[in-house]
Amino acid sequence: MQKTLLEVRNISKSFPGVKALEDVCFSVKEGSVHVLCGENGAGKSTLMKIINGIYQPDGGETLIKGEKVEITSPIRAGELGVSMIFQELNYTPEMTIEESLFAGRWPKKSFGRIDWKAIRQRTLKLLEQENLPYDPEMKLKDLSISNLQMLEILKAISRDADIIIMDEPTSSITNKEIEILFEKIADLRARGKGIVYISHKMDEIFRIADEISILRDGKVIETRPKDQFDIDSVISLMVGRALGQGYPKEELPVGDVVLEVDGFSGPTGFSDVSFNVRKGEIVGFAGLVGAGRTEVMRALFGLDERFGGTVKVHGAPVRVRNVQDSIRNGVVMLSEDRRRYGIVPIRDVKENVTLASMDQFFQKGRLNASKERSRVEEICKKINVKMASIDVQVSTLSGGNQQKVVLSKWMLQDPDILILDEPTRGIDVGAKFEIYKLMTNLVKEGKSIIMVSSELPELIGMCDRMYVMAEGRITGELDRAEFSQEAIMRYAMNMTRKAV
Amino acid sequence: MNNLMTREKWQTIKSRYSIYLVLIVMIIVCNLLNENFLSPRNLSNISAQISVTTILAFGETILIIGGLLDLSCGSVLALAGVLSVYVFKETGSLSLAFAVGLIVGVLCNFVNGILVRRFNIPAFIATLAMMTVARGIALLFTKGQNLYQIGDYVWFGQGKIGFVPLPVFFMIIVGIVTWYILGHTSFGRSLYAVGGNEEAARASGINVGRIKIGAYLINGAFVGLAGILLMARTNVGAPNAGQGYEFEALTAAIIGGTSFSGGLGTAGGTLAGAFIVGFLNNIMNLTGVDSYLQQVIKGGIIALAVGYDMWAKVNRTRKTLGAAKLPNERKEAKA
Repeated sequence: MQKTLLEVRNISKSFPGVKALEDVCFSVKEGSVHVLCGENGAGKSTLMKIINGIYQPDGGETLIKGEKVEITSPIRAGELGVSMIFQELNYTPEMTIEESLFAGRWPKKSFGRIDWKAIRQRTLKLLEQENLPYDPEMKLKDLSISNLQMLEILKAISRDADIIIMDEPTSSITNKEIEILFEKIADLRARGKGIVYISHKMDEIFRIADEISILRDGKVIETRPKDQFDIDSVISLMVGRALGQGYPKEELPVGDVVLEVDGFSGPTGFSDVSFNVRKGEIVGFAGLVGAGRTEVMRALFGLDERFGGTVKVHGAPVRVRNVQDSIRNGVVMLSEDRRRYGIVPIRDVKENVTLASMDQFFQKGRLNASKERSRVEEICKKINVKMASIDVQVSTLSGGNQQKVVLSKWMLQDPDILILDEPTRGIDVGAKFEIYKLMTNLVKEGKSIIMVSSELPELIGMCDRMYVMAEGRITGELDRAEFSQEAIMRYAMNMTRKAV
Repeated sequence: MNNLMTREKWQTIKSRYSIYLVLIVMIIVCNLLNENFLSPRNLSNISAQISVTTILAFGETILIIGGLLDLSCGSVLALAGVLSVYVFKETGSLSLAFAVGLIVGVLCNFVNGILVRRFNIPAFIATLAMMTVARGIALLFTKGQNLYQIGDYVWFGQGKIGFVPLPVFFMIIVGIVTWYILGHTSFGRSLYAVGGNEEAARASGINVGRIKIGAYLINGAFVGLAGILLMARTNVGAPNAGQGYEFEALTAAIIGGTSFSGGLGTAGGTLAGAFIVGFLNNIMNLTGVDSYLQQVIKGGIIALAVGYDMWAKVNRTRKTLGAAKLPNERKEAKA
């Protein structure tokens, strides 16, 4: 009988406006790999952050080796033998391998001096023991991501961690490096460690799992040994919720092609992406986080460079070297990261709204203040931005209203094509609905919308047509009649080719 | 809800006008400390004294709003000044000398702009380099000697329009130009956006590079003008003039509410800041405060002003976090 190393019982966690976890039970046995899978936002990372002491649960209990514990901080988690390897590795580039291995717990000599000799010896021993050919004096900035990951694992081992959590460790490493990682995982498993592995890549999951748990909407839907699952059942369990109701969608006849993108490739990780958008159409882009959707849109909008590919607007080829070009072509983009690319938080609503259309209000560089006021007030009223006046700082508004300010900014441009990248991310339900309604009104006016979203129900609810991306390519195209979460997830995980 | 909205409005007003309140309080206190303080003669003297650094401060204000900075203005001022004086001595033409001063200032700052924009050198470093280079050129050019007998050139510094000394007149003009640029032109709008959130500005179709270089060019004209005025006021073309003026200018801008994080600041605030510093110097002199102690007090005031700026900002974020926490937290929950 395998011992249970870690067990969480009835864990719940809420953030303002969202219930991230509800009554979650989850356990890891020694010498086993427990895979946790679920869609974006299912609560995987939140659960792991609770186990690692970054978040405190609102309710429930945690047991380590049968004993009830409270994990108050990552340091406490480390003392209890829990080690987490994050998806995004944070490291100090100028540190050497040996320095980083013992960071914060360097062996000391008298007068608090660091015992470098001991560090060197222990590092060499550890490297030899784990069969890793690194030079202890190498700097972290010279290591590849997979090597950094390996180093994190080494750190975990050197701390005698029994439970190692890996959050999508393969998201940014090559196939060859994945093999090395998997060998290491097999090795750790043989040595009786318990491993929690977060992923939504089906081939990986089935290769290394002993047990699989599926998380959906903050709840554990199923936990079973691997052989009682197959790919189809995992996918349908991951997405199998009822479709969101009540989208203010009106199916309208669509017109001619207004935007044609052909053979887009770029250094930010997408290649050979081609698609088109028709007048009055809402075209969705589905895919998992990291599929390259945002990157394609950024290149289309002139924010990032691209290697190749052509853009045609209304049938005529156009140049897009920068955002100015794109705006001139009637293509605007609402970014997924509103705080970074959307708003200037310390300036007022008025300035934010007119930021992209200053030529309308500045004749020969001179401001027409009354015209600006009335136009901004008009558009903010239309989009229903709730604020004291157009003179308040944007940072004082709620997320939903900030998003509406960004939308107002682009509406002033009267664009033909709007790229909306996660337009409803982080805003409340009421504001979401208003944005859906606005989208419907826009296409009624003959505008076209590209909607990128990680929330399948809203894509299914709002789009006329959908492209699905995986690993930087378009893997599928669906018409509204063909929409289903299962079909989209298959394309998104690029399963169609492998499964058939 | 309504209550909250008026509070937001009040906050905006408070942060916008508090500096003028400080200025008024200062005038009242100074007047109590010394009855001569408010005499036209003393006020005119103070204005003339602060004119050169205030002109520099307007340039710094424009730069800091755009997230930039100029450490070189003290040196460039000297270079522009001595070249302008030299040209006057050679040609006897005041207008030519004036033009040369402005052009030298603009050229040096064009280089600053290029270093920052094209080579991505942080503004602090780029202008630090220019500070040394410009001073070096000024000294090389004059072989380290002051240019004396500058003749009619002193008119720039000592002439009057009506009862207003020319340097004060120029300070007012530069202030109006700054106010106009910042509040009434698309360049000014773009500048606030670039300093407030460069990436959002770029994503809104603003040519960030052009704005940054533009900010340096405007600053250059101001610096050149300041150089001419300083040489004329002191009646000598001195290659060593203006040392440390960059910090005086920065002090005025910062006390005037220009935020070092960019995106905030006004011409009026900077003028108020410059007068606060000027009044402070003046009253300390009038009341006979030890000149070494004066430095300590001035430094303390900078720390106070910036400390208040940061504190107000943290407070602001804390207050707005209530509304804005959602997206952030939510994103973490989703990740």
